Amino acid sequence: MSVHTDAGRRRIEELLQEHEGRVLKRWLEIAVSSTSNQVDRGGLADQLRELYQSLRQSFGSSGDLSDLRGLLAELSRDRARQGFTPTETAVVVFGLKEALYETVEEDGSPDALRGFIWFSRVIDDLGLFTVESYATAREKIIIDQAEQLLELSTPVVKLWDGIVAVPLVGTLDSARTQVVMEKLLQTLVDTGSEHAVIDITGVPAVDTEVAQHLLKTVVAARLMGAECVISGIRPQIAHTIVTLGIEFGDIVTKATLADALAHTLRASGVRVVKGGESRIAVRTVEA
Amino acid sequence: MTTAEELPINVNGDVVLVRQRVRTVAVNVGLSLVDQTKVVTAASELARNALVYAGGGQVRVEVVHNGVRQGLRMTFSDNGPGIPDIEQALTDGWTTGNGLGLGLSGSRRLVDEFALESTPGEGTLITVTKWAR
Ligand SMILES: Nc1ncnc2c1ncn2[C@@H]1O[C@H](COP(=O)(O)OP(=O)(O)OP(=O)(O)O)[C@@H](O)[C@H]1O
Ligand SMILES: [Mg+2]
Repeated sequence: MSVHTDAGRRRIEELLQEHEGRVLKRWLEIAVSSTSNQVDRGGLADQLRELYQSLRQSFGSSGDLSDLRGLLAELSRDRARQGFTPTETAVVVFGLKEALYETVEEDGSPDALRGFIWFSRVIDDLGLFTVESYATAREKIIIDQAEQLLELSTPVVKLWDGIVAVPLVGTLDSARTQVVMEKLLQTLVDTGSEHAVIDITGVPAVDTEVAQHLLKTVVAARLMGAECVISGIRPQIAHTIVTLGIEFGDIVTKATLADALAHTLRASGVRVVKGGESRIAVRTVEA
Repeated sequence: MTTAEELPINVNGDVVLVRQRVRTVAVNVGLSLVDQTKVVTAASELARNALVYAGGGQVRVEVVHNGVRQGLRMTFSDNGPGIPDIEQALTDGWTTGNGLGLGLSGSRRLVDEFALESTPGEGTLITVTKWAR
């Protein structure tokens, strides 16, 4: 870096220190006026002050911007979540240029003006970084929402007269398991079914909490006069359940959904017979 | 290649994120499907305990080496009430909440190495490791 730039840079650092109050006030005005969203003025003021301090610190520590980037990433995440546009987010950062320019102009020294060019470049970089962080944060929000949608879309399906099934797919957390189980119990009532199959083929792991929900559902279903079969317990899940020490007691478990269906059909008195021309014939056996 | 990351455990959703992260690392380390599932389940148990009994905490997930073997280590820490009687807490079926009381004792069986330190009033530190075979 040339001697000129160094002197310019020093002058900017001095100005940032001497006129902190004024520059910050101006920056806040610019930031507030740059958005049509409702902003929490106090919160924003705190955020800007923190950014300002971190920026000054980074100048002191020979340009290490990692803390500052952390703060900016946080700001981007907040704003992405609150529905600000990327422009509204970046303008907050760029606003510091304008806020400082008035002070630089007043100072008028060649050092200050030269320094301001250097300062602008730093702010431009930080502004771009903010836009990038914003994009990353948005992407994450979209992925999360997609996952939540998937979680909400667990259906309870009717397999046969008097037999309903819930195919569980994806990570089960407590809240979701509870929703699914309540839905199952409600469906048992609504359809007057006496058999339910809970299929966990699509569940990557069963911990004590999920197991407890499963057990409770089976017990609750029994109280309502319905029997549950749990199917799709894959080898790795079986291993884990046994190692954890969870006991499923007298609950019927089947390797596959097909086995479970065959079992419940049999239990509800339906006989599946393979016909001569390899078609499936079904008749109900009188009790 | 030594990777380590800290994940927060402050809300229910964090437990799901921890589980997903641990699954990814377990795959990278080369754990078998059974061992992946075991270590993910242990992560789920310990993360939820930190959330439920300590009001939150964090976990450090890292890849560790022992000669040519690779492993996955998780260090759960919280500043909760601590566990006054560790032996009792590690007994199958013991719970002060309304769980099955199998989370801690079961997790110990799910991993290869298990260390629990706890100081009442200060918090709990649990370190577990699963080695690839
Ligand atoms: N991080 C922790 N801080 C304080 N106490 C804890 C912590 N983890 C576990 N405990 C105590 O140890 C007991 C046993 O824990 P464990 O995970 O084995 O069972 P649980 O959480 O009660 O039920 P679950 O089988 O659903 O996990 C808990 O009830 C709690 O009192
Ligand atoms: Mg537990």
